[in-house]
Amino acid sequence: MLESTKDMGGPRQSLLSIKGLRKHFPVGGGLFGKKQVVRAVDDIDFEVAKGETLGIVGESGCGKSTTARLLMHLIAPDAGTIVYDGEPVGPSLSLRELRRRMQMVFQDSYASLNPRLTIEDSIAFGPRVHGEPNQDARALARDLLNRVGLKPETFANRYPHELSGGQRQRVNIARALALRPRIVLLDEAVSALDKSVEAQVLNLLIDLKRDFGLTYVFISHDLNVVRYISDRVLVMYLGEVVEIGPVDEMWANPRHPYTAALLASMPTLDPDARTQEAPLAGDPPNPIDPPAGCRFHTRCPFAEEICASTRPRLSTVDTAHAVSCLMYEPGSGHSRATGTRALQFEVVS
Amino acid sequence: MAIATEPLTEIAVAEKRRGYWGTVGKRLTRDPVSMICAGMLGLIFLAAIFAPYLGLPDPYQGSMIRRLQPFGTAGHPLGTDELGRDMLSRLIHGGRLSLLIGILPVFNAFIIGTLLGVIAGYNGGWANSAIMRTIDVFYAFPSVLLAIAISGALGAGILNSIVSLTIVFIPPIARVAESVTTSVRNLDFVDAARASGAGAMTIMRVHVMGNVLGPIFVYATSLISVSMILAAGLSFLGLGTRPPQPEWGLMLNTLRTAIYVNPWLAALPGVMIFAVSIGFNLLSDGLRSAMDIRN
Repeated sequence: MLESTKDMGGPRQSLLSIKGLRKHFPVGGGLFGKKQVVRAVDDIDFEVAKGETLGIVGESGCGKSTTARLLMHLIAPDAGTIVYDGEPVGPSLSLRELRRRMQMVFQDSYASLNPRLTIEDSIAFGPRVHGEPNQDARALARDLLNRVGLKPETFANRYPHELSGGQRQRVNIARALALRPRIVLLDEAVSALDKSVEAQVLNLLIDLKRDFGLTYVFISHDLNVVRYISDRVLVMYLGEVVEIGPVDEMWANPRHPYTAALLASMPTLDPDARTQEAPLAGDPPNPIDPPAGCRFHTRCPFAEEICASTRPRLSTVDTAHAVSCLMYEPGSGHSRATGTRALQFEVVS
Repeated sequence: MAIATEPLTEIAVAEKRRGYWGTVGKRLTRDPVSMICAGMLGLIFLAAIFAPYLGLPDPYQGSMIRRLQPFGTAGHPLGTDELGRDMLSRLIHGGRLSLLIGILPVFNAFIIGTLLGVIAGYNGGWANSAIMRTIDVFYAFPSVLLAIAISGALGAGILNSIVSLTIVFIPPIARVAESVTTSVRNLDFVDAARASGAGAMTIMRVHVMGNVLGPIFVYATSLISVSMILAAGLSFLGLGTRPPQPEWGLMLNTLRTAIYVNPWLAALPGVMIFAVSIGFNLLSDGLRSAMDIRN
């Protein structure tokens, strides 16, 4: 049986430490056209602590999924370093070994299972690749099926098309756990499920996290789900990190105007607290040619001249809470740049 | 409740043990059209293979006084050809060569084309451009013209016509293989396999091949009829088999002078080509729907 890898730097060392991660996708151009790039992920830094769940939120196309695929090296980063528990990926930690310690669950539960393989074979594939004998891999697969709430006698020999969406996503989770990873990237893993099934799978994820001592990076566009499962939240906008902090504090006290707008856009069940107007106008700008300065200034209600020219840095406003906005950089030239205290946004939550 | 459902589960499990190709085979046997075609093709194949042991008259033994006899002549149930040779015997013996040069080129092209297409589709980028643009060159020529040109350059002969037909069929098979592979490799389960740390060869073997071989195989089976007709065409032009060897295309050629005297006799080799072609086409259609297991 594959052993989970040992803890290296003690509980206080970050499990993942990402610095300057960047991916620009070339688009169009062809033979003679002008070369253009989509700045999908643009120099982002963040850390994932051991045992936490880090939620990543943002609009479609902000770079959430690209970030997950970059972490798994399913697409090669253009720049940046990824340090896994003190070991930089590349020089001291091989890709193959990283992929054993870090696993991913995809959004499309059907496309992420090979239609020609039985459920058992799909789960046992990873351990076999890592040299597990066939019998052990099968036993492990059956054990994991049990752990995710699917009876092995009934499901082990079935094919993906014979399962429901929720069952398939349980299989995908079992497959991700088969290599005994310490961190699992969940890329919209519950977004395609019915609400009732979604809740069951979320609770399963929470149980598994406790039982296996896992760390999660939970990517979603559903703010309610993120709040439910996450310890900390990272907000992305146009390939950049705009705010990162503990979930409760951020919900109570969003610092970045974009975070505030995102939270204000959540539907509410209280008829008196209905959103009367859209918290944000317009679409996000084209990531091929993002705005200069602060990328959010074209839609920001507090934007001033300075925002169009100066790029804000991600700076700590509170312990464990960082924001990338000129209003929180004293002396930045923004008229509201008074310090690190939170501005009062009208937030419906 | 649990007791009631348990036996049902057992049955379901027992049925699953069959595996993917087992299920496809079972579905295929339930399709009457496919089964009739398979039976007809089987009969033609068996007759061709065991032709020397069927007690037929010598297909090379002609008779100047018994030329172009009609159907039902004593000793010659399907009549005789323009040199007085027994038609039935020649049709059955002709199947040996005709089927060989109909199927062998497609089989060769299936192996080479699949290899090229899967490599191009899985790797993408530079390798894809190099392989697929080279293959596009062959598309500039109509397939009949290409077959005639290559056969002409290599010289007449059975082996050469098999080689030329193989070259003709590699491009379309490679193109189908490439497009199927490209669509499969973009699915999340290939990414998931990469994320498990598996190498490219393992992923191709376990995850890609199983999903692309079916569609390519179905497409290749449909090419067998084209190959038979092209091979017949080559023989008709004198580039394939040579007289007096019995081969359907060549027989069609030599009997064409008899078309005003005994048109039914002259049509017989054509009927054989038609029967085998339509048999393979309908069988590949049946296979296609049998493999679409989700329905």
